[in-house]
Amino acid sequence: MNIQIILNGEPFSLSDGDTVGHLVQQLGLHNRRIAVELNHDIVLRSQYAETRLQTEDRVEIVHAIGGG
Amino acid sequence: MTQPPIDQPFVLAGKTYQSRLLVGTGKYRDLEETRQAIEASGAEIVTVAVRRTNIGQNAGEPNLLDVISPDRYTILPNTAGCHTAEDAVRTCRLARELLDGRTLVKLEILADDKTLFPNVVETLKAARTLVDEGFDVMVYTSDDPIIARELEAIGCIAVMPLAGLIGSGLGICNPYNLKIILEEARVPVLVDAGVGTASDAAIAMEMGCAAVLMNSAIAHAQQPVLMAEAMRHAVIAGRQAYLAGRMPKRLYATASSPLQGLI
Repeated sequence: MNIQIILNGEPFSLSDGDTVGHLVQQLGLHNRRIAVELNHDIVLRSQYAETRLQTEDRVEIVHAIGGG
Repeated sequence: MTQPPIDQPFVLAGKTYQSRLLVGTGKYRDLEETRQAIEASGAEIVTVAVRRTNIGQNAGEPNLLDVISPDRYTILPNTAGCHTAEDAVRTCRLARELLDGRTLVKLEILADDKTLFPNVVETLKAARTLVDEGFDVMVYTSDDPIIARELEAIGCIAVMPLAGLIGSGLGICNPYNLKIILEEARVPVLVDAGVGTASDAAIAMEMGCAAVLMNSAIAHAQQPVLMAEAMRHAVIAGRQAYLAGRMPKRLYATASSPLQGLI
């Protein structure tokens, strides 16, 4: 079973039961300095493994880039 | 060798800084140029933007914060690109998580793509929320003294009026408004935006600004690393001139050489 989330504004497919931790791992971002927002709420790094994703969840994953 | 002038320490959110130059990390050719320019600037506080990661691309690409380490620099995340208080607050919360709970942020809400003028209505709204949530807010604003006063009253730790439009390099377009803001403020006032070259930074510092924040003036110089060094000197020179107190301006000449003993 797959679920569809909106990841950084684009549709994205995940397995049912996947957590934020799975998603971050799958994207190769687990060792990167990132921050995650789920439906407008921050997901703390310590909560990645226990935060399960559901269909239509809106996930934002951000990092720091050059800016003034 | 003269004694260095006695200066007030430059303190933000309880931390003392030696450098009064804050620099951005945008618009550089690459990360190596960014690193070199920031090194040459002597800055201790460095702004960054918060953006979506590229999904499925460049996972192995070096990250800005690998080059500009948060262990060495105070990272000042901005809310550039945000047009509403809601987006700016979300961005600050993400930035805090990104930076292990650090609460220093640069609040910047833009109103218009052509001028990049700040939307002060949304800025005031966001500032209230962020201060309530425990953020240390350095706020980019227009050079309106009344808005500056209001932002200070809300609890922003520094007020940062524009000298000129972002990226314009026009210098200090309204020194009289800046002077009024400086006279009234009880928190550090930083010029943010508009500086084009070293003399602009020196003038801001001579007027009594606590510090200057810039990005384009360095990144868009023909030689960014050299300009970064020029800015370092300009900010120090401007600060020293401010502390030294300039001579009064006079309409007519006053001879520097004694008139006695002329042949």
